[in-house]
Amino acid sequence: MEQVEKIFETRELNVNMGPQHPATHGVLRLVLDVDGEKIVKVTPYVGYLHRGMEKLGESLSYFQALPLTDRMDYVSAMSNNIGYVVAVEKLFGIEAPERAKFIRTIVGEMSRISNHLLWLATHALDIGAMTVFLYCFREREWILELFEMICGARLTVTYPRIGGVRNDISQEFLDSLYKFTEEFPSRILEYETLIDQNRIWLQRTKGIGVISAEEAINWGLTGPTLRGSGVRYDIRKHIPYDAYDKVDFDVPIGTEGDTYDRYRCRMIEMRQSNNILRQCIEILPPGPVMADAPKFTLQPKDIMMPVTHPTKEHAFFIEEKTCKGCGMCLRACPAKAIFGEKKKPHKIKQELCLSCANCYVACKFKALKIIPGGKGLSDEKLAEMAASAAIAEEIKKATELLVEQFTFIKKGPRVPEGELYVATEVPKGELGFYFVSDGSGKPYRMRLRSPSFVHASVLPRLCDGHLVADVIANIGTIDIVLGECDR
Amino acid sequence: MAIVMAKLSESAIKKDPAQIAEKIKEKFPEDVVEITNFRDQGSVIVKKDRIVNICRYLHDEADLRFDLLKDLCGVDYKGKKEPRFEVVYTLYSIRHRHMIRLRAQVHENDPKINSVTPVWIGADWHERECFDMFGIIFSGHPDLRRILLPEDWEGYPLRKDYPLAGPEKEWQGFVEVLEKAKELKEFDWEG
Repeated sequence: MEQVEKIFETRELNVNMGPQHPATHGVLRLVLDVDGEKIVKVTPYVGYLHRGMEKLGESLSYFQALPLTDRMDYVSAMSNNIGYVVAVEKLFGIEAPERAKFIRTIVGEMSRISNHLLWLATHALDIGAMTVFLYCFREREWILELFEMICGARLTVTYPRIGGVRNDISQEFLDSLYKFTEEFPSRILEYETLIDQNRIWLQRTKGIGVISAEEAINWGLTGPTLRGSGVRYDIRKHIPYDAYDKVDFDVPIGTEGDTYDRYRCRMIEMRQSNNILRQCIEILPPGPVMADAPKFTLQPKDIMMPVTHPTKEHAFFIEEKTCKGCGMCLRACPAKAIFGEKKKPHKIKQELCLSCANCYVACKFKALKIIPGGKGLSDEKLAEMAASAAIAEEIKKATELLVEQFTFIKKGPRVPEGELYVATEVPKGELGFYFVSDGSGKPYRMRLRSPSFVHASVLPRLCDGHLVADVIANIGTIDIVLGECDR
Repeated sequence: MAIVMAKLSESAIKKDPAQIAEKIKEKFPEDVVEITNFRDQGSVIVKKDRIVNICRYLHDEADLRFDLLKDLCGVDYKGKKEPRFEVVYTLYSIRHRHMIRLRAQVHENDPKINSVTPVWIGADWHERECFDMFGIIFSGHPDLRRILLPEDWEGYPLRKDYPLAGPEKEWQGFVEVLEKAKELKEFDWEG
């Protein structure tokens, strides 16, 4: 007997879980100290997806940094975009038009549904319910197709813009979204029949990862992860942005603070999102979708295109008496449309000209003229138009717009000096942007407060005293995406 | 069912940032350096020495009750301001629904500040990130290690004197991986 005990001596084991593990939702690495099946200690390691977004943000203008936010939480890119533009709008002191606000609310809630669907699918799959996974992806596909309808992209959308949205939505889109909202509640019921009262599901989620309300707040948890513990904290209600103060919805909270309550919260949240969608479709007001703030927003393409992009509208013409024949325009022309001898006036072959404006920027003597609506006319006619007083005003206007746009893109808008923290409710919790502006077109400091980073830090606390299998349930319940965690 | 729909009405006393700043100044007159306001958001710039006391006061005082630490981050004002660093605490009260920002000044030659983890345990990873990115040392932190970057990384990336694009030299950890891969390639797996 003594001998047997000696052979079967137990000791703590050190197990590496991840970074390449299907249940860690990305590249999360956990080092588990286990005593048999029991967890003694969990140490998370993050940073495998660190791309230095905060540092990058300091070197990009406010417009250029927008696509970075898609790559944070790639499961709900739309919500991240909205969070960014809402923060920048507040910093600039501009406001999006009413219609744009409603559109942003619509796409934000669609993104919430698609995020929760993906969460439910993978969470259930991790715990062992395979069918839910397939059902959820069916509806998620539907939403992604709707996204494609609006902006042509499914995952990294970059649809919202500072001051509004990229383009208006069509009636066709609204019709199919309405059809979705009619259908979706019955689909949620379908998922619930599979797992809500399922004995295995209940055993795997009830009483797992319990955290009290006070403790959850102290840890800095937000979103459904906090609301599962019974705290009524939702930024959409506390500090409303976009159109959330104009729609009616409830914030579900749990009581126990365990994995099951957090699951219930998210299920009800999907129903609430569905309600918000229906209300938004019904009261969607008409009007423009971009703010009228030329000093802070990019101008619509149909105004800017004729000057800066190839088009048939504008013609470029070299004025004979001012041209010194320096050859700067000749070298700048990508289409080789300019010819002429040195120190003699140059000419443009109109049929080769791309209207790219490179020659205009290169010319130091202001010999180049932009002639609105002059494309396709003969050289004599253009010379006549350039000389006439009637279109001089028009030429001046087009020129000013070009110069303005050029400096605007190059240097960015003139932002007031100050610092600002603006948070929005993304599906995972609170996404905060902290900007320090020094008055230039680029942020002096851009801080991204991501919910996943905070939620990953609570993992050792949630796994306390549980079994190895429960670690998987706990990773699922805090709903993290490592792209957002590591930034 | 365990779920109750939330009704969002609670006895709350919302204070505007100026009132909160005034309260802090009343309690800690020697520590407050400056009070600023931008777009209805107030910031209180404080000296770093009694930061934990100030945070403890803001957390515990009944009509302030800043129970949620929304964010903690560092800012480098190299060449713009003296002292060079600031640690920014964004605080929010879920009960009273008001917000305030504390900015603690940290000097370049002694980049140390006391950790606020005894007040908000959630500050743990934020402080580690701040140490990782700015090299600010949080005394009293339970486990101050690099978090997003590897242990053996040189320099603090979010400092303004750290270049955006690095030199040609690869990070040592990556060099080791490449060498290992080369070694394994030459190994005769067959026999």
